[in-house]
Amino acid sequence: MIAYNTAVVLAGTSLLGASSGLIGVFALLRRRALLGDTLAHAALPGLCLGFLLWQERNLPVMLTGAFLSGLAGIAVVAGLRRFTRIKDDAALGIVLSLFFGAGLALLKRIQTHAVGGSRAGLDHYIFGSAAGMIAGDVAIIATVALCVLTAVLLLYKEFRLVTFDDEFARAQGWPAALLDLLIMLLIALTVTVALPAAGVVLTAALVILPAAAARFCTQRLSAMLAISALFGASSGVVGTLASASGGIPTGPMIVLAGAGVFLAAMLCAPRRGIVSQMLAQRRARRRIERQKLLLAFDATTAPVTIEALRSATSFSPRRLGGVLRLSERDGFLRRTAAGAWTLTDLGRSRAAAVARAQRLWRRFLTSFPESVSLFNDLDLERIDEVLPAEVMARLEQS
Amino acid sequence: MTEMLFSDGGQALWTITIAAAANLTCALLGCYLLLRRMSLLGDALSHAVLPGVVLGFWISGSTSSAWVFVSAIATGLLATLLIQSLNGLGQVAEDASMGVVFTSLFALGVVLLVKVGARVDLDVDCVLFGLIDYAWLNTQPLWGREVPRDLMPLVGVLAATILFVGLLWKELKLAAFDARLATAMGFSATLLHYLLMAMVAQATVAGFYAVGLVLVVAMLIVPAATGQLLSDRLAGMMAWAAGVAVSSAALGYWAEMKLETGIAPMMALVAGGEFTIALVFAPRQGLAGRAFNRLSLTVRIVAEDIIGMLYRTVEADPRLAEAGVARRRCLAAGGGGWRARLALPWLWWRGDVAWAAERRVRLTAAGRARAEALVRAHRLWEAYLGENFDLPLDHLHEPAELVEHYLGPALLEQLSSELRRPDLDPHGKAIPGNPERASGGQSATAARPP
Repeated sequence: MIAYNTAVVLAGTSLLGASSGLIGVFALLRRRALLGDTLAHAALPGLCLGFLLWQERNLPVMLTGAFLSGLAGIAVVAGLRRFTRIKDDAALGIVLSLFFGAGLALLKRIQTHAVGGSRAGLDHYIFGSAAGMIAGDVAIIATVALCVLTAVLLLYKEFRLVTFDDEFARAQGWPAALLDLLIMLLIALTVTVALPAAGVVLTAALVILPAAAARFCTQRLSAMLAISALFGASSGVVGTLASASGGIPTGPMIVLAGAGVFLAAMLCAPRRGIVSQMLAQRRARRRIERQKLLLAFDATTAPVTIEALRSATSFSPRRLGGVLRLSERDGFLRRTAAGAWTLTDLGRSRAAAVARAQRLWRRFLTSFPESVSLFNDLDLERIDEVLPAEVMARLEQS
Repeated sequence: MTEMLFSDGGQALWTITIAAAANLTCALLGCYLLLRRMSLLGDALSHAVLPGVVLGFWISGSTSSAWVFVSAIATGLLATLLIQSLNGLGQVAEDASMGVVFTSLFALGVVLLVKVGARVDLDVDCVLFGLIDYAWLNTQPLWGREVPRDLMPLVGVLAATILFVGLLWKELKLAAFDARLATAMGFSATLLHYLLMAMVAQATVAGFYAVGLVLVVAMLIVPAATGQLLSDRLAGMMAWAAGVAVSSAALGYWAEMKLETGIAPMMALVAGGEFTIALVFAPRQGLAGRAFNRLSLTVRIVAEDIIGMLYRTVEADPRLAEAGVARRRCLAAGGGGWRARLALPWLWWRGDVAWAAERRVRLTAAGRARAEALVRAHRLWEAYLGENFDLPLDHLHEPAELVEHYLGPALLEQLSSELRRPDLDPHGKAIPGNPERASGGQSATAARPP
């Protein structure tokens, strides 16, 4: 049985993870991943001003201040980009560091001047601490999460359009700028409520990591949203639990949990993961090597010596050995008593197919040299799938 | 002055020296980051070196050891490599791969810091405020004088940076402005990139002493951006950046003494203040100068429209030369609004118009000459368009109305001679200001463009 406090904290961080995972997908796909970082850093002075204004820790007031100063930071970035020769990246860096510097100065002043216990806990906002989360805080987080979820569900089609092709959206008459602004506001809201738990410095990771991990797992936006939310929620839970047992700030632990999820997704994701990509590459290489080997037999059943094969394929001895072994295993080749190699029946029909495909490809490429760049996968045996039937018929005739 | 600096046991002198050395290192390298549009990579690196810094402290057990720099450079290069391979191998967008790598490494660093930091007297506040507050207390003798221990590595790094910039000046400049050309000319852009990244990682650690890791980016980017606003040349940009770096060290310390808001944030804010001043008042790039230029151009154009109207009115009805034209009509000719209201007094101040009775405005002799030149430009352009383009007559006025403000004397002379010095425009109105304009109406018609 989990204690009530733990349950509250876990509910808060998982909701936080889920909503930032959800909106992070749009931030990632819109190439705005680092906007969240600038937002979070720029929120610090507002947070401190909120504290100075109220003279105590009042979360709604402080978060309102944080939200407003985060937005002010983004406005300054937009202004620098629009009116000066300062480039995009430099504008983000300048605003991030100067707002954060102002926040730190205020923080230092509060630490040296504020009365007694009220200042305690303010520096938690830098690295994040979820331990002190109460039901009221969770209610705020839940409200924002609900806002994000509702917006994404209601405006799914519009968001998708703006995310993938905003020029088309604009040409079609959608209020693209307004939708863009809405996405940014949702990012700002999520980042703001995440500040107390994840900290100013690391909140951006909450937005980036789950979405970047989900990107490896699927090509579909709807699935990516669901996966990203799930990743976010689970890294929130895992990070919180790990932080509670180690006495380490929650922010870094949630981020490390998220980094673990990202690493796992990057390595093991079904199609875009690094492992499966490497496997697919190896399969493709083997296919092409075998095609080359089969062509070297010239469609005859006469035995061919190793040396002849080597000069025909120009493979290294090791590679040739490997290809021969694999082709023998698959039943395309047989070793004769004399140590030479010969095609089996299966091998001969496959070799004939490969030779035909090669002939047709050549014809196709000489007749339509301009369309070479359309095919990044010049796999001989897939010619029937790649080229339309009538083109194939014409190639056969000529 | 010297006495004042030493009256506090060297606190001001040494603190400012340490901060200036660190800021200078960051500012010099920041110029390259800014020009190569890699500011955010600088930010990412400064966060990502944290685990290296903590490990370095842990291995050496001291804050002023070469180990800190070695392990930080290693971590920085590792981070660069990771970002690039995520981008290439994993097909993660560039900004996202930066975000993934630096947040993860920074989180790892914070965890390490909490776990082992207590042993080397390092806490989380160091990441935020740097080590500068008490650096002047921990000294060692050098040439018979007590010098802060942390100053040694910082001066070393600064010297290395100056050497790096000086020796590879040409190559770095080329790579910063045209990386492809640099590669084509045989400088390995990759090697330069990694060298620069190693130097930036080093500068980041130097900045860590002065302003803390999170604010390093302020010292990397803000002085360089200030320099970019103030100069169009790399050397000038660097000189300004260096000035900002050193002055923010001194002023930041002074501000901290007054406000008790931490040296590190105050240095960043002073640099930010200097950046803002440059942003507004820089001679060519400044917002104020550019706004003034735009305003004076607007006023000039509006004023020219007004005197053009006055000229044409008098041309149609010579009796109005003395009586003038109603002020209301003048404002309307200038497009109305504040621009026209500003342009009319400006014309009066310049002596181009004079107030006539009953709120009317008339041209002075000077104004008439100026208006004549303008109308000449307008009608010559119409004549030129009429001769060379197959446009209907009523399509000639509008382009000429736009172009008349920008035609210089040389161009006008060329237009005029190319059109065989016409006396009338396509609408049949006289083109004023022709030098040999003595001929009568008959020959004027003959000279009319077909």
